[in-house]
Amino acid sequence: MSNENFEPRLIAFCCQYCSYSAADLAGSMRLQYPPNVRIVRTPCTGRLEVEFFMKAFERGADGILVAGCLEGGCHFTEGNLLAKGRVGYTRKFLSESGLEAERIRMINISAAGARPFVDYINEMLATLKTLGPSPLKRVGPSTNAENRI
Amino acid sequence: MIVAQRKSIPELVDILKGRKKILLLGCGTCVTVCLAGGEREVSINASALRIASRLKNLDFEIEELTIERQCDNIFIEKAADAIKRNDVVLSLGCGAGVQAIAERYDKPVYAGLDTEFIGILEERATWTEKCIACGKCVLHEYGGICPITRCAKHMLNGPCSGSTEERCEVRADRPCAWQLIYRRLKSIGELDRLKSVKSPKDWSAGIGGGSRVIIREDHRV
Ligand code: SF4
Ligand code: SF4
Repeated sequence: MSNENFEPRLIAFCCQYCSYSAADLAGSMRLQYPPNVRIVRTPCTGRLEVEFFMKAFERGADGILVAGCLEGGCHFTEGNLLAKGRVGYTRKFLSESGLEAERIRMINISAAGARPFVDYINEMLATLKTLGPSPLKRVGPSTNAENRI
Repeated sequence: MIVAQRKSIPELVDILKGRKKILLLGCGTCVTVCLAGGEREVSINASALRIASRLKNLDFEIEELTIERQCDNIFIEKAADAIKRNDVVLSLGCGAGVQAIAERYDKPVYAGLDTEFIGILEERATWTEKCIACGKCVLHEYGGICPITRCAKHMLNGPCSGSTEERCEVRADRPCAWQLIYRRLKSIGELDRLKSVKSPKDWSAGIGGGSRVIIREDHRV
């Protein structure tokens, strides 16, 4: 797959108190962003575990955005700080297992941040287009091993 | 508790190369608490190993399981079927757990963690070493601070006088154990204990005397 025709599959885990509302607001404001992103609402980015990210990559995600509240502004005090650490930890596992660390990124935006939300999505998609499809796609579908979970 | 740390994915891949059906076996006790080998880490490591395997064409098939304790027969039995249907076990237990599994099954069992020390959770995400299991505890002499474990020179009659600003001269990131001992004895009114010179320790009670065994005849039937 050449990188020009490549349409990345980006998963955006969005905290319901900030970025999920920002995404909603982006819609109300009719701000356009590519349809490649799948938004998953989470009660707080602190709910997200490293294994969620690893599973998403295993199952073919090209990239993950974790969108939490501004630092200091978490509804649950420190959920976004926990998420930040977990994203960092995931990056280690990604590069150790052969995927690029840049495929996952944490961003912080407020509920009013429709414009930054769209900008971040475009930025991340640009990063993924440069990186190309997840190398896992090149090696074909997964073995059935993971279905034994 | 026992504190362990993860091995990197390239290290694990190296250990597992050439193997196909792999049981990634976690332990629900110490290594769960120190975030190295519990259910969660089993899942993360399994995903990472599957990704590495697909990218390197290694053909790993990984099954995940976490039992309550790997160092206890009653719990080990719960893993019997899973152990039997796989070629090898990659244990995320401590060294004792790995050996307990290996002794009971005729399968290769590999250590997936580096077991580090007996210690405590000092503060969030920070573990510190407290005891090297010397076999003859002398904590009462030292205000509850172990000079054998926490003084880099294991001095029973310290300090060595090398500390700087209460930091150990061997490891500047650690407090001088003797500074701590002095303060502690002073605060509990037991400074007198330092007046006597302690005789050399009999290391044969510890690992220096060979691997140890404890038998409680009163509990044997
Ligand atoms: S004196 Fe021995 S048993 Fe006691 S804490 Fe120190 S190393 Fe452990
Ligand atoms: S500085 Fe303190 S802890 Fe370090 S070796 Fe000397 S007495 Fe022991």
